Amino acid sequence: MSIEEKKNSQTFQDSNYIKPKTELEVSSAIREVYKKKLPIEIYGTNSKKFIGYNVQTAKSLDLSGLKGVIEYLPEELYIKVKASTPIKEVEDILEKNNQQLAFEPIDFGYLNNGKSNKGTVGGCVAVNFAGSRRFKSGSVRDFVLGFRGVNGKGDIIKSGGTVVKNVTGYDLSKLVSGSFGTLVALTEITLKVSPKKPSEKTIIIYSEDIKIISSLFDKILSSSNEISAAAYIPDEPKNKKYDFNKSKVFKFNDLDREGSFLAFRIEGDQISIKERLNDISKELNLSKLKTSKLDFFQSVPFWKKINNLELFANTKNNVLRAIVPPAKCFKIMNLLKNKFKYFIDWSGSLFWIEVPDKEDIKISEIKDFIVKNNGFVTIVKKSENFDFVEKIFTSDETKLLISKKIKESFDPVSLFNPGRMYREI
Amino acid sequence: MTELALPKIDRSIISKKEFIVSEIKKLTNSKNVLSDLDEIKPYETDALAAYKQTPLAVVLPENTEEVSKILKFCFRENIKVIPRGAGTGLSGGALPLQDAILLGLGKFNKILEIDFENKCVVTQPGVTNLGITHAVQHKGYYYAPDPSSQLACSIGGNVAENSGGVHSLKYGTTTNNILGVEMVMMDGTITRIGGKTLDQEGYDLLGLVCGSEGLLGVITEVTVKILKNPQSVRAALIGFPTVEDGGNCVSDIISSGIVPAGMEMMDKALIDATDKFAKAGYPKDAEVLMIVELDGTKSEVDNLLKRVGEIAKKNNSNSLKLSKNDKERMAFWSGRKAAFPACGAMAPDYYCMDGSIPRGKLSLILKEINKLSKKYNLAVANAFHAGDGNLHPLIMFDGSDKEQLRKTEEFGAEILKACVKYGGALTGEHGVGIEKRELMCESFNDNDIQQQLSIKRSLDEKNLLNPGKVYPILRKCAEEGRVHVHRGEEKFPDLPRF
Repeated sequence: MSIEEKKNSQTFQDSNYIKPKTELEVSSAIREVYKKKLPIEIYGTNSKKFIGYNVQTAKSLDLSGLKGVIEYLPEELYIKVKASTPIKEVEDILEKNNQQLAFEPIDFGYLNNGKSNKGTVGGCVAVNFAGSRRFKSGSVRDFVLGFRGVNGKGDIIKSGGTVVKNVTGYDLSKLVSGSFGTLVALTEITLKVSPKKPSEKTIIIYSEDIKIISSLFDKILSSSNEISAAAYIPDEPKNKKYDFNKSKVFKFNDLDREGSFLAFRIEGDQISIKERLNDISKELNLSKLKTSKLDFFQSVPFWKKINNLELFANTKNNVLRAIVPPAKCFKIMNLLKNKFKYFIDWSGSLFWIEVPDKEDIKISEIKDFIVKNNGFVTIVKKSENFDFVEKIFTSDETKLLISKKIKESFDPVSLFNPGRMYREI
Repeated sequence: MTELALPKIDRSIISKKEFIVSEIKKLTNSKNVLSDLDEIKPYETDALAAYKQTPLAVVLPENTEEVSKILKFCFRENIKVIPRGAGTGLSGGALPLQDAILLGLGKFNKILEIDFENKCVVTQPGVTNLGITHAVQHKGYYYAPDPSSQLACSIGGNVAENSGGVHSLKYGTTTNNILGVEMVMMDGTITRIGGKTLDQEGYDLLGLVCGSEGLLGVITEVTVKILKNPQSVRAALIGFPTVEDGGNCVSDIISSGIVPAGMEMMDKALIDATDKFAKAGYPKDAEVLMIVELDGTKSEVDNLLKRVGEIAKKNNSNSLKLSKNDKERMAFWSGRKAAFPACGAMAPDYYCMDGSIPRGKLSLILKEINKLSKKYNLAVANAFHAGDGNLHPLIMFDGSDKEQLRKTEEFGAEILKACVKYGGALTGEHGVGIEKRELMCESFNDNDIQQQLSIKRSLDEKNLLNPGKVYPILRKCAEEGRVHVHRGEEKFPDLPRF
């Protein structure tokens, strides 16, 4: 039963849908379900509900009422918000002070239903998927300074604080990041914020030679020019199961050639951009390649489109997020060749791959190959005919065992989002 | 606090010492098991030398399988285990227990793989922090976190304490710079967390283990990220007539959008102390002194340095020097790096505190510390990692005077309570260990601590791994398990500490 259905259902008792306004109400609601051992689905605004397994519970805890900025101190580089504060709201406030969330939150709305929906801070922390700047600045978890929340017994707990260095006790902020609401119902989150660079420029290199591309990624990672994003967008394969929207999505005046391309971003003031550009041009031997440049006004929306996953907007196919050690980039490209629609981010470490059902190569084969190459895969979007034999998250037995124990320590009777990540958790 | 509560001693373990030693000798080279008093004496303390306790025995395994077998044996026999890296920790995290095995990782001293392609180094935990940078610097790379003891502290210990350093404002602490670990759980299970990828799937166990002070598992391998050296590094040495001016300058630099690679501050007492000791040529008319280091491209650094100078001027700086070359930059740092030995030269003993506060509260806390200094009649000198609000007050005292030692500990505790009051944390980078254990309740309520203990129980059900550290011990649990305080002499006197 969907949440909308639950809300509208006549047989559905009101008490099964709980929408607290305060942390105390969250705590007493959870205390209640703990007593009765009733599993409960926890969510904010549902923008990432499609990620992970469906949660089947009678009860649902809607945290979207907990929103608003609690404290923002630009000079201390942090913002403390209630967990369901929209990311958009946080970004707008930071923008006024020339600051930003350096991990570049991904807008999963396009992938879900073609419309922008960045969701909430709590949701963003719960999935821990960072955008293009990840390889330089860190993931979402690296920016969570502290949190408050309610564990599976209904106890209000906190960890971390507002200062950068707080190694007092276990770093639970890391643990709740990426836990998909299975450990704690988050009520308050403190994020580290970063100053925005005054300007940026993006260099486009046109090539479909995967040897050249993987070597460029390597050189970018080896450079001290602080490149803050690097992605490769190959041409779409000629397969009718895909939407051909690459040229529509990446329509920019200075992206003036057809074909596959690599893009990288330089940020800083005008002088340092110029200096870095000169230096990296030599490092990458750019004079020998076909290139073009996107100025600030094209560069900003370009990376937004990357972080919105607009290439896959409205797709009905499966979408995989695969992470590999950067040097394995070539091998993965070689597997995907021109059979799949995909793009690479994080200078060779992150692959977003669209996989239609009934392809010659199955998801499991791609997954096996990536795991063999020391990476892992998350099936972020599932097609309608998704075969649930396929595991959505990757894990090994020992790690799963440890994870189970961790889960028990937060949520001893397994109430929160049961089965969302792993069947057993 | 003249004596410290430790977990209840299990007499049955002590009476089985001979059996335990002979059994463990079967699990590793028998030469790696030390049990005679003269052999185990060097392991009785770490760098928090006020507390000493010889362990039941010291075991120095050589590989992961041996660690696993030893832990499995200890788990079965209910023997406590204290993991130890290089023993340079300042919070007593490696203090042994009378009925425990001290597990030294000193023989895990090899770098296993230098992987320039994946920009990482796979190393055993006993390798020193600086050893990693030394191994990759020929290609222009380095490992970013740089605790002041980096010459001697081990990377395994850095993971346990989530060590930072001068450059953590821009480059983060250990947790932001490691990709994976191999770890042995108390029951002997060997597990690998992370690897060479940027993220890991599922619960962030790497984040949990980093900074867990040896309570959740024994790290036997670490994969760290390496970075390319910046093209240009320069520093500014700035003096201010008042503490407020210096504090405001720190906030203004951050507010202006500049992220310095390092931003350090010293108060008048420390300027005087280091000047006598290191002759760094620091301005004598300054109440506080700041070193701001910037890195990036040449013109970017020049430009930012100019802006830092302007911000300093706006905040009434009374001296400003900009480094012209690396030699000059290192000269700026020489006094700061001599801070600890300089204090050592001024009093028989000093006690280094470690807390963190919001940057904007720097001048407030400095004033509070000076007030406390008068109250306790003990001299104090202050060093700050101002960029990330991490302060290291150095309280000078005479350890042979029991009353002074008591007052010093009380003074230290009051400073840390003030840090928490101002919205900071009990520890910036030295960990809680035994030193700040009793203060945990200042930051956390019972629910918070119970949640943490519940994680501990879930991964170490018998509470055998480094028990008695980080979390307060109830009196009734301690009983006869106490350690008496010895004269506060300094361990590793030749290590720079900043």
